[in-house]
Amino acid sequence: MTDEDATAVQAPKPFLEVRDLRIHFPTDDGLVRSVDGLSFSLERGRTLGIVGESGSGKSVTSLGLLGLHNRKNARVSGEIWLDGQEIVGSSADQVRRMRGRKMSMIFQDPLSSMHPFYTIGAQIIEAYRLHNDVSKQVARKHAIDMLDRVGIPQPDRRVDDYPHQFSGGMRQRAMIAMALSCDPELLIADEPTTALDVTVQAQILDLIRDLQQEFNSAVIIITHDLGVVAELSDDILVMYGGRCVEYGDVEEIFHSPEHPYTWGLLGSMPRLDRDRSERLLPIKGSPPSLINVPQGCAFSPRCAYAELNQGRSETERPELREISPGHRVACHLDREDRRRLWDEEVRPKL
Amino acid sequence: MVTTPDTTVVEEPRPAGPEGEVLLEVSGLRKHFPVTRGAVVKRQVGAVKAVDGVDFTVRAGRTLGLVGESGCGKTTTGRMITRLLEPTDGRIVFEGRDITHVSQGTMRPLRRDIQMIFQDPYSSLNPRKTVGSIVGAPFRLQNVATEAGVKKAVQDLLDVVGLNPEHYNRYPHEFSGGQRQRIGIARTLALRPKLIVADEPVSALDVSIQAQVVNLLEDLQDEFHLTYVVIAHDLSVVRHISDQVGVMYLGKMVELGDNESLYDGPMHPYTVALLSAVPVPDPSVRGGRERIRLQGDVPSPLNPPPACRFHTRCWKAQEVCGQVEPPMVELKPGHQVACHFPENAPPDAESRVAKAAGIA
Repeated sequence: MTDEDATAVQAPKPFLEVRDLRIHFPTDDGLVRSVDGLSFSLERGRTLGIVGESGSGKSVTSLGLLGLHNRKNARVSGEIWLDGQEIVGSSADQVRRMRGRKMSMIFQDPLSSMHPFYTIGAQIIEAYRLHNDVSKQVARKHAIDMLDRVGIPQPDRRVDDYPHQFSGGMRQRAMIAMALSCDPELLIADEPTTALDVTVQAQILDLIRDLQQEFNSAVIIITHDLGVVAELSDDILVMYGGRCVEYGDVEEIFHSPEHPYTWGLLGSMPRLDRDRSERLLPIKGSPPSLINVPQGCAFSPRCAYAELNQGRSETERPELREISPGHRVACHLDREDRRRLWDEEVRPKL
Repeated sequence: MVTTPDTTVVEEPRPAGPEGEVLLEVSGLRKHFPVTRGAVVKRQVGAVKAVDGVDFTVRAGRTLGLVGESGCGKTTTGRMITRLLEPTDGRIVFEGRDITHVSQGTMRPLRRDIQMIFQDPYSSLNPRKTVGSIVGAPFRLQNVATEAGVKKAVQDLLDVVGLNPEHYNRYPHEFSGGQRQRIGIARTLALRPKLIVADEPVSALDVSIQAQVVNLLEDLQDEFHLTYVVIAHDLSVVRHISDQVGVMYLGKMVELGDNESLYDGPMHPYTVALLSAVPVPDPSVRGGRERIRLQGDVPSPLNPPPACRFHTRCWKAQEVCGQVEPPMVELKPGHQVACHFPENAPPDAESRVAKAAGIA
C-alpha cells in the first residue's frame, strides 16, 4: 500500500480524483450501501461514461460529487479531489461556492428540476449572479447569449418564457445553458436524454459534445444506454451493486470487455447495426437490493460463469485489478478463462 | 353480477384462424380531441388531430410494430384498437367484425380476445390487491369457469410468465419492475386472447430486464399463437420483435413495411432520420457514419403543417410537399410509403407517387 501511495504523490494530480468513495444511508430496514468503495479519476477535456442499471449507485455517486447529500441522512466517506480541493470534508458553504462555478449538473427531467414559477431567464440570471458580481442587465445579456449558444431560436424573446412554454428538448437545452452559465470545469449529465425522443436526443448529444470541445471541461455522463456512452465517452465505468466492476477505454469495453456483467449488458441490447438476432441474451434474475448486497461478488447470483471459481465468488469480494494499462476488472475468473469465454461463447452470439 | 355464469372452460389456446389470415384491419382511423373554450357554454375552438387517417392490417400470429416520436399518435391508435377510446372516424375490423362503434356491452365479451399490456408496471397494478386477485380478475369479470379453480389457473399463469406460483398471495410492491411487468403479462394472458396490444411494454425496465421481457413475449407468441401490436419508441426493440413495422408522424402513417425491407432500405426521409439518430453502441463507427440531424421539434398537432406533415423539417422538401399530400404507395412488395421524393426507392418511384397523387 505504501508503495502505491508514494507513486500517487509523484504523479501529477488528475483534475478530478475520487478515492474509495462510500455513500451509505441508514434506514429502518438496514444500511443501504448505495456506493461502496468507488475510485476513479478524470482529466479536463475527457468524458467518462458511468453505466449501470437502476439501483447500481450511479446517480448517488453524481450527487455525491456535487456534495448534494444531506449529511443528516447520508454517511459519506472517502475523498473527492476536484482541482486540488477536497469535497467530502469541506463545509456546506465551501461546496456551495464550488457548485455552479467549478462543477454543475444536467438533470434527467428538466421539467421537475426547474422552478415553474420563474422564467427561464430569471433562473439562469440567479445562478450567474450568485457567482459573478454583475448587474442584472449584464447577467440578462449573458443568459440570452447562453440560450443562443445552446440553439434556442429567438433567445431574446424566449428568455422571458416559463419552463412550461418550452418543449421537452428546448427545456433540456435551457437546462444545459443554466449548467454552463458559469463555465464549469466539471459537467455531470445524469441521464440527460432519457426523457427525450431519439431525434432530439441526437441534437442534445451533439450539443454536449460541441460545448465540451469549446470549454475543454471534464464531462461525466451517467446513463443506462450503451449507445449514448459509445457515442460520447472516452472512458467507461461499469457499476454494479454500488461498486465499479469494470473500467476502461471505450474501445476496450466494447471490443474486449472482460466482466460477465458487461457481456450481459451487451447481449441484452437489440442492435440496429447488426443482423437481427433470433434471441436476446438477457442476464438472469434482477439487480441486488443494496441492503443485502451478496457477500462475495455482487454479481455472482446472476453470473453464468460463477461456478468456474469453486465458490470463491460467493464468499470473497473480487478486487478491481488492472489487467492491461487503463483497463481494470473486478472478477474472480482467470484471465485466460475470461478471454476464452469472450472469444468462444459470448462474442459469437452478439 | 347479474349475468349467468358462463360455462366456458379455459381450454388450450383458441385458434385465431389459420396462420397468416387477416385478424385486424384498420382503415382511415381518426381521433380528434376537441379543444374547448368557455366555462358554462363550451364551444369548440379547434381539435387536436392525434390520429388522422391510419390504415394497416395485422395477420394472425404476426407482430406489427408502431414507432414514432412522442405525440405521433401511436398510443392513441393502440387505445382505439382496444376500444378504450372511441374513434372519430374510420373502421376497425376484428376477425371480420366491425367493432368501430360497438357499445361497451357488446365489446365486453370481445375483450377476451383483445387485451392490452401497459407501459408502467407500477401504476397499472392495484397496490391493494394480491397478485392472485389481480391475475384472477379477468376470470371473475368474464365469469369464466376454470378447470381446477381460479387459484390453480392463476398459479399456472404465473409459472408461464416465469414467476414463482407460491407468490400468489403477495402484493405488487414486493416485486421488482421486471416482475411486475410479468404480472401484467400474466393478467393479459389469462383469457387466452388472440390479439395483444402492448404499449411500450419494456421502456420502463432496465436493459437486462428488458431483454428478459422481450424474450418472454416472443416465447408466448409461439406458445399461444398470439398476434401483437407493439407500440414503442425504441427502434431497435421494434426491429427485434416485429414482422411488420409502421412509422408514424403527427397522426399519420408515413411508412409501413416488412421489417427487413424497412430497416434495410427506409424510404421515407423521416424514417431515415429516425434510424440515423439512434446512437450505435460501437465506438469504432463514431463519426464515421452519415448522420441526418432534424432541426427543431415536432409541430403541434393542433395546427399541423398542410399536405405532407413532415415537409417543415425535411431536407428533401420541395414546393409540392407543402401543397399536395403524398398518398401511401406500395413501391416495393410489402413496403408502402407516403412521400413525393422517397429514398432507397426504385427509379420510377417519383412518377408513380405523382400519378397516385393525381399531379402527373
